[in-house]
Amino acid sequence: MTDTRVAARTGTAPRIGESARRPDGAPKTSGSFAFSSDLWHDRMLWGGTLRSPHPSARIRSIQIGAAVAVTGVHAVLLHDDVPGQKEFGLEHRDQPVLAGDIVRYEGEPVAIVAADHPEAVRMALEAIVVDYEVLAPAVDPMTVEEVEPIHPDGNLIRRIHLRHGDQDVVGDVQVEGTYEVAMQDQAFLGPESGMAVPADDGSIDLYVATQWLHSDRDQVADCLGLEPGSVRLTLAGVGGAFGAREDLSLHVHLCMLAQHTDRPVKMVYSREESFHGHVHRHPAQMWYRHHATSDGTLVRVEARLVLDGGAYASSSSAVIANATCFAAGPYRVPSADIDGAVVRTNNPPCGAMRGFGAVQTCYAHEAQMDKLAEALGMNPIELRLHNALEPGDELLTGQTITGTAPVAEVIRSCAEHPSAAAIALDPMELPGGAGRTAGPEDVVRGEAFALGFKNLLFSEGFDDSSEAACRLEGGVATITSACAEVGQGFVTVAQQITREVLGVEEVVMAPATTATVGSAGSTSASRQTWMSGGAVKEACEKVRVQLLERVAAQQGADVSDLVLVDGRIVSLAGGLDIDLAEATAEPVEADVVFRHAQTWPLDDDGQGNAHVSFAFSAHRAIVDVDTGLGLVKVVELTTSQDVGRILNPMQVVGQLEGGAAQGVGLAVMEEVLVVDGRIRNASFTDYLVPTALDMPPVEIAALIEQAEPGAPFGAKGIGEPPSISSTAAVAAAIRVATGLDLPRVPVRPTDIVFPEGEA
Amino acid sequence: MSTDPYLLRVNGTDHRVGDGRPGESLLWVLRERLGFHGSKNACEEGECGSCTVLLDGQTVCSCLVLAESATGCEITTIEGVADDEGLSDVQQAFIDTGAVQCGFCTPGLIVSIGALLDSNPDPDDLTVREAISGNLCRCTGYGRILEAVNVAAAGRRNEGSAA
Repeated sequence: MTDTRVAARTGTAPRIGESARRPDGAPKTSGSFAFSSDLWHDRMLWGGTLRSPHPSARIRSIQIGAAVAVTGVHAVLLHDDVPGQKEFGLEHRDQPVLAGDIVRYEGEPVAIVAADHPEAVRMALEAIVVDYEVLAPAVDPMTVEEVEPIHPDGNLIRRIHLRHGDQDVVGDVQVEGTYEVAMQDQAFLGPESGMAVPADDGSIDLYVATQWLHSDRDQVADCLGLEPGSVRLTLAGVGGAFGAREDLSLHVHLCMLAQHTDRPVKMVYSREESFHGHVHRHPAQMWYRHHATSDGTLVRVEARLVLDGGAYASSSSAVIANATCFAAGPYRVPSADIDGAVVRTNNPPCGAMRGFGAVQTCYAHEAQMDKLAEALGMNPIELRLHNALEPGDELLTGQTITGTAPVAEVIRSCAEHPSAAAIALDPMELPGGAGRTAGPEDVVRGEAFALGFKNLLFSEGFDDSSEAACRLEGGVATITSACAEVGQGFVTVAQQITREVLGVEEVVMAPATTATVGSAGSTSASRQTWMSGGAVKEACEKVRVQLLERVAAQQGADVSDLVLVDGRIVSLAGGLDIDLAEATAEPVEADVVFRHAQTWPLDDDGQGNAHVSFAFSAHRAIVDVDTGLGLVKVVELTTSQDVGRILNPMQVVGQLEGGAAQGVGLAVMEEVLVVDGRIRNASFTDYLVPTALDMPPVEIAALIEQAEPGAPFGAKGIGEPPSISSTAAVAAAIRVATGLDLPRVPVRPTDIVFPEGEA
Repeated sequence: MSTDPYLLRVNGTDHRVGDGRPGESLLWVLRERLGFHGSKNACEEGECGSCTVLLDGQTVCSCLVLAESATGCEITTIEGVADDEGLSDVQQAFIDTGAVQCGFCTPGLIVSIGALLDSNPDPDDLTVREAISGNLCRCTGYGRILEAVNVAAAGRRNEGSAA
């Protein structure tokens, strides 16, 4: 479609650039929206999962007799009952559906049960007897490459040794540091849940909350030994995702139980189980050395990155690629040596979470930039501006930025924005909050700044596509896409795009399912507005062209003389004026597959045009710290972001505020505590996420609009950057307040009160 | 093993619970026995507020209430918030301000905020934050939710001054 004219304004329904309301807003506020945990079937059974209590063990035997005998139990299934391929995985099929002779992490599924009540499920799970030979878990990512492989695929999941430019460069000024990021949980609120319904012909329907229906469908079909067409996945209401629903969880289990019992089976994880049932953000250990000239020009960055992938690969390959490619931040760096490795351990599996890979390195490279500014005696904002990437610059991968890169604008607008932060007077607003522990005299304030970026869409040569169909009938447009709406607002934007292109008022979003349309790709990597938004736009444009051609043929008119105006088809020359509803009494349909610009794999030196596009963000944080108790109150966050074009201002603000909250969490409170391979805080009592009292106001200094080539209406994805630079900014502000190094996030009270491990 | 039948009064209507199992939470009975799926299950230990309902006008986490103990109480769930005239002011404000993303926390928050505004129609920012600090939201960072409260409260003040 080269014709990008848009239909003239009709009616009042909001289009591109307006704060359209969510089409699912009313059912979500009234409680009638069906989430995956709300599904119900009169004949349904409840499913449950027995999980390994050990991070590493050999299974000698499993006895299920007593479990089968529990009243109400219909099925107890094990590894040998998996009908097809025994392993699944997003990028590598290395994870057993049910453990065979070995378990590799605490919480690994060992057996599944279906029964007529959750209590019967619980009793059956307790009655299963597993004889384990407990093994010493391999839990140290720094040494795991040297020990016995814990998986046939080995203990190294992926290493990228990126070398860029002249390797002999040495800077006048060098700063060095070692940094650590702990394991973060996505902590979506809607637990893993779904329902499988067997059909008479041996096929199966699975209703599930996920980020990528078709990838799930293909993995489930392989594990069930069915053709993909015999497995239909339909998106059930998704209670948040943030990366944690990219991998399969209960999908195959539900289908196995439904097939075995010939009954619908529903499963809902508890919160504790959820902590074991999905991947987390990779913990990272990072060493950096920055080299600069005495005037503050970066000349070389060296880094060693080790990410703990846990027991199975998940999306670790993509995560280490991001960590490595963007290790130095959005700065011009002519020489680099970045060794990035993601390794396998007996810790909980890690994978996708908002900003994957870039969150970890942003925290480190921004700490380094502050350290460098101090060593140079330079203002940290000036140092960042002096080295900021511009269009035409090369990345560490040797790739030239051909799209937009308003880095300096992002820095300046955020740094110059006036602060509204007052001095707290109410004890509730001081560190410690409702505990009222702090006195104002014990509190010190700090302010700091951080900048981050990452790639949008999938990289490294992946054939990334999204299919969408548009049907225009009786003046009503129906959009069919398998894009997973996880809360981000794709359904809103898809309606706006359709109204914009076709000038219709009413846009119906058909259910997202594998049964009616091809893959929309994953709701991840900030890609759906661009990819599925792009597919919807092209499908609508195709419909418009077909409609005008049809009307031209019917009326004997010249198609170039016809336009869609005000819900009518009129000829510019005059004489023709047809109502759109009338013109589409006979439907017009189009189906398109949208692809972004091609990318290529990284070579042996981590070089190549591996990425499509980039988005940049900055945060300025102001914090109050009670140095006696080590408590932190984040007082204010200010942000600027490179957004391409704004499609829905209200939804943009929602993404920026929500992403920042997850960044604040990682900075000061969120950590999955893993000791000897075991999660010690698998609950919302012990894993803390920010509440309304923890979150500061998020001031949006600027949304930098520069239309991105190739993106629909020039709009970049916006979901991830808010989570990238926010953590780094908050940690830096605590450093400024306390004068401490704070080389680890989250910053714990003991890190402030007893620094350097003096506790 | 099942409990004796008991009555729960939900949104003004009596519901008979038969064949209950001892120890079932109010959340479980509301959702799985009576079909009120609007109250959500996110932590089931009273930390997230997704299951918030009113028990005789007081906000409670229904996951922490023994179902049988709620006999004789007026239970208001999210399904009882909208009336014949449509969505409540708080529900409409959530939609209009962008306070809804995934929506899983939304029913519990709307019940909590409705109870707050009924008792204090003009709360300051800190009062609002304190009142909803028992309701976790993972999508919004609370900014749009606080805005929704402001919009709903302003609407009530205008209505009050017009009356």
